[in-house]
Amino acid sequence: MLKIINGEVYDPLNGINGGIKEICIRDGKIVDEVPNTAKIIDASNLVVMPGGIDIHSHISGLKVNAGRGLRPEDHRRMVIPKTRITRSGTGYTIPSTFATGYLYTKLGYTTVMEAAVPPIGARHTHEELNDTPMIDKGCYIVLGNNEFILRYLQKGEYEKARDYTAWLLNATKGYAIKIVNPGGVENWKYGQDVSGLDDKVNHFDVTPRQILTALAQINQDLHLPHGVHIHCNNLGVPGNYRTTLETLHALEGKRVHLTHVQFHSYGGENWSGFASKAPEIAEYLNQHPHATIDVGQIIFGDTTTMTADGPWQYRLHKISEKKWYNSDVELESGCGIVPYVYKEKNFVNAIQWAIGLELFLLIKNPWQVFMSTDHPNGGPFIFYPYIIRLLMDKNFRDEMTKRVHKRVLKDTVLPHITREYSLYEIAIITRAGPAKALGLTHKGHLGVGADADIVLYPKLENKEEMFERPVYVLKEGEVILQEGQILKDWTGKTIFVELPENKAFQNEIRDDFEKYYTVEFSNYPTGLETFARYESVKVSI
Amino acid sequence: MILLKLKEKYDIPIEAEVISPDIFFDKTHTELCGLPLYYGNKEKKLGEVFEVEGEKSDQIYLEGDLSKIKKIGFGMSRGKISIKGNVGLHLGAFMKGGEIFVEGDVDSWVGAEMTGGFIRIKGNAGNRVGGIYRGTTVGMNRGTIIVEGNAGYEVGSFMRRGLIVILGNVGDFTGSYMIAGTIFVFGTLGARTGAGMRRGTIVTFNPVSLLPTFKYDTTYTPDFLRVYFHFLKKQGISIKEEYLKGPYRRYHGDISELGKGEILEFAA
Ligand SMILES: [Zn+2]
Repeated sequence: MLKIINGEVYDPLNGINGGIKEICIRDGKIVDEVPNTAKIIDASNLVVMPGGIDIHSHISGLKVNAGRGLRPEDHRRMVIPKTRITRSGTGYTIPSTFATGYLYTKLGYTTVMEAAVPPIGARHTHEELNDTPMIDKGCYIVLGNNEFILRYLQKGEYEKARDYTAWLLNATKGYAIKIVNPGGVENWKYGQDVSGLDDKVNHFDVTPRQILTALAQINQDLHLPHGVHIHCNNLGVPGNYRTTLETLHALEGKRVHLTHVQFHSYGGENWSGFASKAPEIAEYLNQHPHATIDVGQIIFGDTTTMTADGPWQYRLHKISEKKWYNSDVELESGCGIVPYVYKEKNFVNAIQWAIGLELFLLIKNPWQVFMSTDHPNGGPFIFYPYIIRLLMDKNFRDEMTKRVHKRVLKDTVLPHITREYSLYEIAIITRAGPAKALGLTHKGHLGVGADADIVLYPKLENKEEMFERPVYVLKEGEVILQEGQILKDWTGKTIFVELPENKAFQNEIRDDFEKYYTVEFSNYPTGLETFARYESVKVSI
Repeated sequence: MILLKLKEKYDIPIEAEVISPDIFFDKTHTELCGLPLYYGNKEKKLGEVFEVEGEKSDQIYLEGDLSKIKKIGFGMSRGKISIKGNVGLHLGAFMKGGEIFVEGDVDSWVGAEMTGGFIRIKGNAGNRVGGIYRGTTVGMNRGTIIVEGNAGYEVGSFMRRGLIVILGNVGDFTGSYMIAGTIFVFGTLGARTGAGMRRGTIVTFNPVSLLPTFKYDTTYTPDFLRVYFHFLKKQGISIKEEYLKGPYRRYHGDISELGKGEILEFAA
């Protein structure tokens, strides 16, 4: 039992905005009260928030591990020695599993979602997540180019597509449906992409629009806790903001989350005309509360880009002339990996940087826009505190704006935005908002019944330093970090959905599995024995 | 001067990046003896592994079979290390300045990714002399390495600037992915010399079998060789009179990359 007293509490889901409030903890949960014998943490001069929740990050599985293999030089840039409690690790943009857990904890993050898992890589992903300590975690299953889905949609068999999705999420222990460049990744298998929502997918008489609307409908019909999680078509391409808006239009009324929208808010018809269309995207979101986004802010410096979006990664490889990894994930998806350096003086990179900040600052409702760098695509997650400072400190933002390529001053609205985020709003975009969008009802807040995942930050003028050095991090009520030192090698839970299933449906796919897959049907599902600790979210239809 | 004598030969490698003039120059004898080395994953003191004489100097003299001692002179920027005996991996890797002399053989990664300084090896060297660690795209950038014996694979891979001279034979992939710089090989070359090279010069005095992505240009005697030969003679290396006269066959490549590299093959 534990009581945190005298802390300045920011708990947006319960409407608490900086009030001094006691937090009582028993058996890993937040409770009304605890006896006087409870241990006390005096949080005077500290800010108390729920643990951070990352709604979109790449920390585990096939592509992340391939990225580690592709970039031995990345391992040398950050070497973390073993301590009495923690294990050693390496990797600056793609830290090894243990290091990933520790680094997130050092920022006060306690739950992280791996954002793109091809179904056949689920077991690998979960094995790695077992070795990612400290945090709770879950993963999204990529479905937008899955050949079963494409075939069912081609034949107009919506129910089968729905039953397949339910079976697949159960089999892979996924948390949400992820769509990556719908149709485009399938076309990449023939060296092509799609250029918009109404192009045809090779060999399947379906369009990205059909894939998007069907999966959003399935998401709705299966009552999944999170909206359908979408990486739009035309990522990175000048002028792609139209596709992004069209996607949002097509899914109006559905629960959708668009990810790394910074990469999808570009104007111009070519690279020399590259421009920010963040104001247009923000305007749409300000009118349409059905959608949430995460930003995918870029961080200047070296990083590793990795995505299921194979055709885009090929283009990036051609632009950057850096090494390239490409993979075809049998009937399910694709993958590309390319190292990349974002440069302050490169005008495209500088505008990308500004677009991310414009999205944060122009979207009025913080419950619709969440913190992310699309780690490691825009940059490593360890820079979240730097982004927080850019949002909370107009002077710092202006200094940075003057440092980067001069077209940011000239061509974007960023220099004219005076908004500064409050601590309350930061608490929304980094924990309360993502928890709400994910439907994680027991996370992201400090009300009775919530998981006691709590962070205590020092109250500092420099917000980057403040969010870089939590004084305490608690996981299920246990102090796992104090004064920057990790005190416990905590094993977090893997969170997944458990859906009612049409058992007869399995006979539909068994034959195709035996014919076309490299894995036996019975070996395909990830069993519960895989997990060190888990929490299944039961969904009833 | 500081003298280090190895007390006994080890089978398990010892990581000894503390043996560097940059670290030794201001250390008292007691401080020197207390410097940490890693024996496998266990810490040992410099004084346990070596007999230490002298203090506060950037002139270091080492003796013994050091073939399991790794990272001597790692990242050094000044002073001089002289070694009598064989040396282990990573000698002078990331070196910025100063000199290293070895009377004996050295293991792989001598002067890897160095950015300055001078290394001379009397014996043979392992693989990746002046080479890179995996994943690096810009390798050795300034500095000089002379190996009097043979060297292994990937000499000067990804080299950006500087000079590597091998008096003996070398293995495959010499100067692969070279960006610039100069490599002399007086012995024979292995396969795929200069594979992927963008710019830079590889000079050889024996017939070499080239990749099909190298194109013959002309046969001539480049003037600049005289400057290098003058430097090498000053280093006490004898150069045959005919090498001065030439001529040399010039090939350019690797045309699957930028193709501005050159291989000069002695043609008389
Ligand atoms: Zn992503």
